[in-house]
Amino acid sequence: MARGGWFSRSSRGTGAQATVPEGLWSKCPGCSEITYNKDLERNMNVCPKCGHHHRLSLAARLAITVDEGSFEEINAGVQSLDPLGFPDYGTKLKRDMAKTGLNDSITTGRATIDGFPVIITIADFGFMGGSMGSVAGEKIVRAMETGVAERKPVIIFSASGGARMQEGLFSLMQMAKTSAGAARLDSAGVPYVVVLTHPTTAGVYASYASLGDVILAEPGATVGFAGLRVGNQSMGVKLPDDFQTSEFQQRCGMVDRVVPRKEIRTTLAKLLAFFAFATVSAKEKAPGVTA
Amino acid sequence: MISNPLDFEKPIAELDDLIEELKRVSRDPQERLEGKANGIDIDAEIARFEAAREQMAKQVYSTLSPWNEVQMARHPDRPYTLDYIGMICDDFLELHGDRTNADDPAIVGGIARFNGQQVVVMGHQKARDLKGRQLRNFGSARPAGFRKAMRLMKLAEKFNRPIIVFVDTPAAEANLMAEEEGISLTIAVCLREMVGLTVPIVVSVIGEGGSGGALGIAVGDRVIMLEHSVYSVIPPEGCAAILWNDRTRAADAAGALKLTAKHALEFGLVDEVLPEPVGGAHRDPVATAAALKEAIVRGLDALAGKTAQELTDGRYDRFRNMGRWEEETLPGPESDESTEQPEG
Repeated sequence: MARGGWFSRSSRGTGAQATVPEGLWSKCPGCSEITYNKDLERNMNVCPKCGHHHRLSLAARLAITVDEGSFEEINAGVQSLDPLGFPDYGTKLKRDMAKTGLNDSITTGRATIDGFPVIITIADFGFMGGSMGSVAGEKIVRAMETGVAERKPVIIFSASGGARMQEGLFSLMQMAKTSAGAARLDSAGVPYVVVLTHPTTAGVYASYASLGDVILAEPGATVGFAGLRVGNQSMGVKLPDDFQTSEFQQRCGMVDRVVPRKEIRTTLAKLLAFFAFATVSAKEKAPGVTA
Repeated sequence: MISNPLDFEKPIAELDDLIEELKRVSRDPQERLEGKANGIDIDAEIARFEAAREQMAKQVYSTLSPWNEVQMARHPDRPYTLDYIGMICDDFLELHGDRTNADDPAIVGGIARFNGQQVVVMGHQKARDLKGRQLRNFGSARPAGFRKAMRLMKLAEKFNRPIIVFVDTPAAEANLMAEEEGISLTIAVCLREMVGLTVPIVVSVIGEGGSGGALGIAVGDRVIMLEHSVYSVIPPEGCAAILWNDRTRAADAAGALKLTAKHALEFGLVDEVLPEPVGGAHRDPVATAAALKEAIVRGLDALAGKTAQELTDGRYDRFRNMGRWEEETLPGPESDESTEQPEG
């Protein structure tokens, strides 16, 4: 699996265009209105008419989240094996590597947000549905361990259908692995923020994505345990219209805030300011310092 | 005799019927005389058939397909958590409730004496009759079940008692109420908290190890699987539905998922596969329980001398190192990560 190496990575992804349909115009899945793509991009890929949040490419997400030029990728070389010899897995990996220019669904790195240094991880749903196999688990845990080692807040943007079934039990164990990473963040007192984006479900929602000190969610994102299909079938009860969305999860007490894309950066900055203040206070309270 | 034979057990069941018939004949003096007159030694015939039956059973049960293993793991006659607790623990005192708002019967737990030692013991609980199945929700735990499991684990930690866990669930509950009560969050919290528990945890997968619902109480220092139990990231039916849009291809999916105990051991994701009596745990629950008890005792003994720090560090490393990947060394501003890939 040849790749171009570190320096070629900055050229991968073509920004927001990568996620909206080709051509100048696109139809919004939210309101069916036709929107000029340039308008959509200018609006962070949020439909100007109905507010539907379109998916973002890695480059577009970085562009609207971190300080310009601050992102520096880490652990880019980790890539999937096919430990089960699962039917078509190798082919799908190659296909999605070519499609996204990524090694796997998760990209991790150092960056600053509003001047605050952070460790950030971003999921790309376009890579096998953002599913979590060995690589995603390893990169998430390394990001968390880097956060602990460098005492930097860890910010995770999730988007995943869940554990990657093509890696079988290895994938299931990534739930324990990434949750163990979250435990380390807790015991080290390192801040951890999750931003749930469309969709975050199953094994990812039932592990690290539910464990942030603060959990934000983009409006209208699918967020839930079992896939919607399963949920709909399983009972005769009528489901609420917003079942398994960000709004539903906030109503149920699982999400701190549903935050429109435009406000995510400023919200993160507020949180980081709070954490920084807390960190300083903790230091000041260290032994030898009189009250 | 085989009760509730599975499809692949039918040839054995037929032989059993034949042997039964021969035995019935052999008890009839008239028939015995007639047989002798025709040169047939009925006792020898019975012995011959019984030997053939034994041979066939060994052959069948040692070459089960992954799907057959799923069928075995789900067999309604298989011993369940409370059966094992009854057979290997003394003075079990069940403790109820999640200390929030409910008691989920799909997970049972409490305190007990095990091999002369005070322990906390818990597990998913299935049932055999209709009413019981409804009560136990087929062993699918709700958030309250995971909260109960966690508060019992904290009880063990407070009093420095080891934790014994039995895993047997198709999956966690996924209905509207489970979602409203935060099924994902409660599982995630269990995963995070178990890693940090300062007492030894020995887990035994006794039937179905169904994805997050199983793992949610299975972050152990030692994980044992019974020979005919399975452990999977997704039910084979669900996998088949996603892959081929056809739930009836579950057998193919089971093969692809490599969800058997043998595979889990090969992958280094569990520590031990415990052989079951020929035909499965349900053919001889007492012998299975005795073997399981011995394996759990061994597990606890190996962990007994460890400090709290050693236990939590060991558990972190154990799960942290699970996964298989390869790493390309990239030219870059730094290369601070090891290219070594851990075993497992």
